[in-house]
Amino acid sequence: MASVKLPESKIQELKEVCQKYDNKGSELINVLHGAQELFGYLPAEVQEIIADELNVSVAHVYGVVTFYSFFSMLPKGRNPISICMGTACYVRGAEKVLDEFKRILNVKVGETTGDGKFSLSCLRCVGACGLAPVVTIGERVYGRVSADDVKKILSEYA
Amino acid sequence: MGKYKSHILVCAGTGCRASDCEGIVSNLESALEENNLNEDVQVVRTGCFGFCEKGPVVKMVPDNTFYVEVTPDDAGELVLEHLVKGRKVERLLYIDPDTKERISDSKHMGFYKKQYRIALRNCGFIDPENIDEYIARDGYAAMGKILESMTPEEATAIIKESGLRGRGGGGFPTGLKWEFTRKAQADKKYVVCNADEGDPGAFMDRSILEGDPHSVLEAMAICGFCIGADTGLIYIRAEYPLAINRLKTAINQAREYGLIGKDILGTGFNFDVEIRLGAGAFVCGEETALIHSMEGLRGEPTVKPPFPAEKGYNGKPTNVNNVETFANIPPIILKGSKWFSEIGTEKSKGTKVFALAGKVNNVGLIEVPMGITLREVIFDIGGGIKGGKKFKAVQTGGPSGGCLTEKHLDIPIDYENLLQCGSMMGSGGMIVMDEDDCMVSVAKFYLDFTVEESCGKCAPCRIGNKRLYEMLDKISLGKSSEEDLGMLRNLANVIKDTSLCGLGQTSPNPVLSTMDNFHEEYLAHVADGKCPAGQCKALMHYIIDSHLCVGCTLCNRVCPVDAISGEKKTPHVIDSSICIKCGACLEKCKFGAISVQ
Repeated sequence: MASVKLPESKIQELKEVCQKYDNKGSELINVLHGAQELFGYLPAEVQEIIADELNVSVAHVYGVVTFYSFFSMLPKGRNPISICMGTACYVRGAEKVLDEFKRILNVKVGETTGDGKFSLSCLRCVGACGLAPVVTIGERVYGRVSADDVKKILSEYA
Repeated sequence: MGKYKSHILVCAGTGCRASDCEGIVSNLESALEENNLNEDVQVVRTGCFGFCEKGPVVKMVPDNTFYVEVTPDDAGELVLEHLVKGRKVERLLYIDPDTKERISDSKHMGFYKKQYRIALRNCGFIDPENIDEYIARDGYAAMGKILESMTPEEATAIIKESGLRGRGGGGFPTGLKWEFTRKAQADKKYVVCNADEGDPGAFMDRSILEGDPHSVLEAMAICGFCIGADTGLIYIRAEYPLAINRLKTAINQAREYGLIGKDILGTGFNFDVEIRLGAGAFVCGEETALIHSMEGLRGEPTVKPPFPAEKGYNGKPTNVNNVETFANIPPIILKGSKWFSEIGTEKSKGTKVFALAGKVNNVGLIEVPMGITLREVIFDIGGGIKGGKKFKAVQTGGPSGGCLTEKHLDIPIDYENLLQCGSMMGSGGMIVMDEDDCMVSVAKFYLDFTVEESCGKCAPCRIGNKRLYEMLDKISLGKSSEEDLGMLRNLANVIKDTSLCGLGQTSPNPVLSTMDNFHEEYLAHVADGKCPAGQCKALMHYIIDSHLCVGCTLCNRVCPVDAISGEKKTPHVIDSSICIKCGACLEKCKFGAISVQ
């Protein structure tokens, strides 16, 4: 993976996140949440700083980051698309919706489009099963989405 | 609810928020202002009403008119007609699907008639961000009663006698768990609320935390008093931002009122609550994994014993209960164990919240007494199958549960009965499936989930489930033989018997229960190379009926891979070696000439 140069000001902010949790190793997950909010993702460089600050090994930090699906080591697109793959959405045709997003954006699940505009991921149940199938883009929730709606939804972000 | 004469309750649960309930609220507020009613009528954002299918829901109080599928554009009419002129807005009332009558009071709707709300008692009634409204409905009275007049032993005994069992899935008696933790000797103990609701299709815990967060805080404090803990931790999924915010608000308000914190109600009892965020790992619903995650580690389970009641968070005795379990505690304390134990069946007392979803008419959150039948839930409350299709199966218990069929419809629902049928209660997800759902695909769907969520610590779960998934994939591709079915069953049983934690011990259930209940469907896949439900793409062939095809060329134009050929006004043909079976042609054909075989 290409190395990432982190801006000095952000590094300072990251250290402040660690301090907010008293630089305790047991607060690692909360620190990672804070760090991901700050950078949008958790590149190796960020993990190294956190390991230093909390006085735990980088391997330990990496182990935790890769264990939880909420943490990502790849930058997300400006408009992160998530298709709900909970059971309720699945039986109401979420797979077809996902296929359509894949086809139009020409990316696989977990990837970001070349222009950095969209990233595509699946998630497990947002709990809006009454609106199945559900797609979220950023904070916005789209309900009762069919494959035919995909083009129109994407055009809102043109 | 203060000085106002009447109130407009607007559902602000996650589902209704997605359908722009905020737009409804702001339009209602400006319409009230225009009509000079803003001093008399208050708009209240409540938790989930449960009837998500018909959301967004708006309820007028005190006359209890229940409006469904409201849009922001309807706000002006609601205020002008209902409040100013005193006339109901007929077109926004619920229509009974059988009698076609419009019903204005939710009490008379099929969806609500058979429900009995204990855990959800305040959801959809109060403003979850206002502690006064919770207090007005006997909130914190149970905690007050216990702190002022009972010993921890007496209070624990009430919970024990009530027969309440863990609502997170396992069904372990709650009172007994509390007693174990109370008896453990240590200088520090913890109360943990498990809000890591990971079952896809279950959203009761989220709705309780969004709609009635104080009930959980109060119950945790009661538990803290009973077991001798002064710290409560709520472990909640980061995917639930609204619930997290409402919890934070509730914690701050309760602290301000002195209902949590130091020297609660002047009794010398200390108890405070903190929030811990999950990070997306299904296995963290397992209590030992959850505890490791709270300690900042990978959420991997460990062998029990020692149970968390002896050695839990930071090595100290810890009592872990799920959100819905906690929400039952205050009413039990106030109304007594006898009241609670008279509801439900012999071994499963009280009520259970189910998230009814899938191919059913009324999707939503329901709370029903234990012992109700699946038929009542799916057909009376759920309003039957969508689009008049035929009921095929209902999946309960999420990835740990199984698929139940027609023959199970009249069995009373409780922990034991569901286990006996090869499924389980789980956290209460209930996904209804119709004749178009292929049971092999459903089993594969759940296994895909398990494979991804297996933490990888023990071999049976890590490797076994992966192999199980591959075998199912082979079946859905039509590359299996009958012999493979025996191997499939064998492997499933080995994984069940040898996995370390609940995840692996239950993950083969979707496979085993579909094999038991839909043996013929599996046989059709392996012996005849057919998928009766028409879902397994590899086993399908699209064919154009040359008698019906008029050669309109529409199918030719929509086909993404140019598999369809033919001259204008002459019958077309599909080249099955190119066809990717996307179904686009079938959907577009206006003459019914294309079929799947």
